[in-house]
Amino acid sequence: MADATNGKPKTELLDELEKGPWPSFVREIKSAAETSEKAAGLLQQLELSYQEKKGHWKHGGMVGVLGYGGGVIGRYSDVAAEIPSVAHFHTMRVNHPAGWFYTSDALRKICDIWERHGSGLTNMHGSTGDIILLGTTTDQLEPTFQELAQNGFDLGGSGSAMRTPSCCVGMARCEWACYDAMKLCYDLTMAYQDELHRPAFPYKFKIKCAACPNDCVASVARADLSIIGTWRDDIQVDDAEVANYAAAGVDIQKEVCDLCPSKSMGWDGKRLTIENRECVHCMHCINVLGKALRPGKERGAVVLIGAKAPIMQGALLSSVLVPFVPAEELLDTLKELLKRIWDFWDEYGNNRERVGELIQRVGLPAFLDGIGLDPVPEMVSAPRDNPYIFFETAKGGAK
Amino acid sequence: MTTAPTTPRITDIGPPHYEKFLPPLVKKNYGKWKYHEVLAPGVLCHVAESGDRLYTVRAATPRLMGVKTLRHFADLADKYCGGYIRFTSRNNIEFLLENPNNIEPLKRELVELGFPVGGTANSLSNIVHTQGWIHCHSAATDASGIVKAVMDPLYERFTHQDLPAKLRIALACCLNMCGAVHCSDIAILGIHRLPPKINHTLLPKVCEVPTLIASCPTGAIRPATVEGKPSVELVEEQCMFCGNCYTVCPAMPMNDPENDGLSIWVGGKVSNARSAPKFSKLAIPFLPNNPPRWPEVVDAVVKIVDVYAKHAHKYERVGEWIDRIGWPRFFQLTGFEFTRYHIDDFKHAGLTYARSAHIKY
Repeated sequence: MADATNGKPKTELLDELEKGPWPSFVREIKSAAETSEKAAGLLQQLELSYQEKKGHWKHGGMVGVLGYGGGVIGRYSDVAAEIPSVAHFHTMRVNHPAGWFYTSDALRKICDIWERHGSGLTNMHGSTGDIILLGTTTDQLEPTFQELAQNGFDLGGSGSAMRTPSCCVGMARCEWACYDAMKLCYDLTMAYQDELHRPAFPYKFKIKCAACPNDCVASVARADLSIIGTWRDDIQVDDAEVANYAAAGVDIQKEVCDLCPSKSMGWDGKRLTIENRECVHCMHCINVLGKALRPGKERGAVVLIGAKAPIMQGALLSSVLVPFVPAEELLDTLKELLKRIWDFWDEYGNNRERVGELIQRVGLPAFLDGIGLDPVPEMVSAPRDNPYIFFETAKGGAK
Repeated sequence: MTTAPTTPRITDIGPPHYEKFLPPLVKKNYGKWKYHEVLAPGVLCHVAESGDRLYTVRAATPRLMGVKTLRHFADLADKYCGGYIRFTSRNNIEFLLENPNNIEPLKRELVELGFPVGGTANSLSNIVHTQGWIHCHSAATDASGIVKAVMDPLYERFTHQDLPAKLRIALACCLNMCGAVHCSDIAILGIHRLPPKINHTLLPKVCEVPTLIASCPTGAIRPATVEGKPSVELVEEQCMFCGNCYTVCPAMPMNDPENDGLSIWVGGKVSNARSAPKFSKLAIPFLPNNPPRWPEVVDAVVKIVDVYAKHAHKYERVGEWIDRIGWPRFFQLTGFEFTRYHIDDFKHAGLTYARSAHIKY
């Protein structure tokens, strides 16, 4: 254990990380430690981890608030005898406002509540999107929860439940938003409060709403259900603005046309032409020529399914489930899809099997049969290249 | 005993409605933005159909923040932009300003407080990362410490926009990848390299044997009776150190100070721009766990960034650059050793074997 000097534990290794220009998390913990014993204890335990090159948190622990099965991550120290202030150091996940917008008053309110009930340390934000309140004791969970609730905040998801949905900034501050991602994220969150707070699924289920194919919330990599905004009519072009870009030195041929993945653009030195039927809606030309090009007017989203990190059978990216849903039909379509997906997953998913891994195991065709969707060529990069076809046999003969 | 009147318990209210937190200018122009320009690193100007202009100042945070810092941000929001603030998906903070005269004073205050302004356009944005030793029981390494150590020398890659394209680094402290690093330009991943040590005394008390057996992706865990009690045995040659057994059973600890470490992955992306989203691929299978500054990890990441910055064409993400030059040249340019560990031998392994005579000499 580090020796104490002037009442403060020595943190020689962590002190190194106060140096240098990048914002220092050690400075944050030290600042919280001035008024919080829990934060001081965390500092001490972390220094020990840095000395020994290993963590000192015990495995899990089931704690929570009344009537919820999630939203709190139980955490206990394995050096509680030496550092009693971190004996319990539970985390609360608080459902963030869509788009991570706050008023200064709302932010201060969270700070006040957490200073009274916890370590005063937060993550803004956790990987799934929640506000993370780090470090409190079991007896403080319920009072913290109720104070948060009185101020309009609720807990987020954990365990085998729907996890807190998240979205990009969308229409609030982005000209490329092809649907109202913040509204959809909020509406889905509100529609599935029970699924979020009371784990009843085979495993976790994440939803992310990205309003355009730039996918600023990494939905294709990180969400079981990825909703990626797009359009299906022609890219809107302002010829005068294209000319301005060219005059300002942008090499339209090299920086735009040559990088178009479907080679659907032409430039004759004066006018940009787009073969819109060939456009794959990648966003590159619009990203580069933002003042001149805009997504089309017939907007909606591609719905993809199944992304996850490696555990257990390997990482997956989401793959296409519905190639286009008009923006105004998104909420109803997704609710119907989710009902069918969750029914199938409930019925056939193994314990701790993400929906993407279930699809890998039973095959996309069986999954489509199960949820009542017809196969379309947009779902695959190519048809199968092996002849091992499971023909459906009916009454002794092939159908 | 008297019963004090209690306020009714509130549950299932969900998050606050976002409209309560939108600046008036955002509300007015919601869904009606026309275009945006990057005025300087970390400064955006969004122009609405109405002609209104909204200025964004973006700064990096350490993600782990105490209430004092959050209150500082709240004060700055009050002072410069009507008390409105937002965070990004990469742990940056954004102030949304109506008055362009407030940009420079706000930037000065942020930098004085130690929060660099940048992370826009062709720059390195903030690193997304996991909890590490701060809060996780399965961490093979720390997270915040490596992020700090890596970003110190790359500070100017955040405050300048002189990279070929945007650059995204992510860190996860074990294979669970809460940080989902598997689609990043550069990913730093904590790894274990020893099989779990089975605690046969604890196991029957705290673990369900069937769940434990089912947790192993390679079927390496089998039922066994040890000293008359139900437990498991492990076929060590089949273990690839994923830690999934430990997630379901505390009696299978994996942490090992000398053998845990870091691996480095490159070339992933999530955006659809130009090329399709893709996974990061292995660049370095193992680097030592070396707190507090992890010099081996820092050197490797800085090396990749420098080589990429020097060789990639404009708009090429790391993965697109490597696709163009080919993996042999990537290893040549970086000087990283190519080993047997780089060749996939898990499921679908053959998909990454070179199946043509297309070779650069």
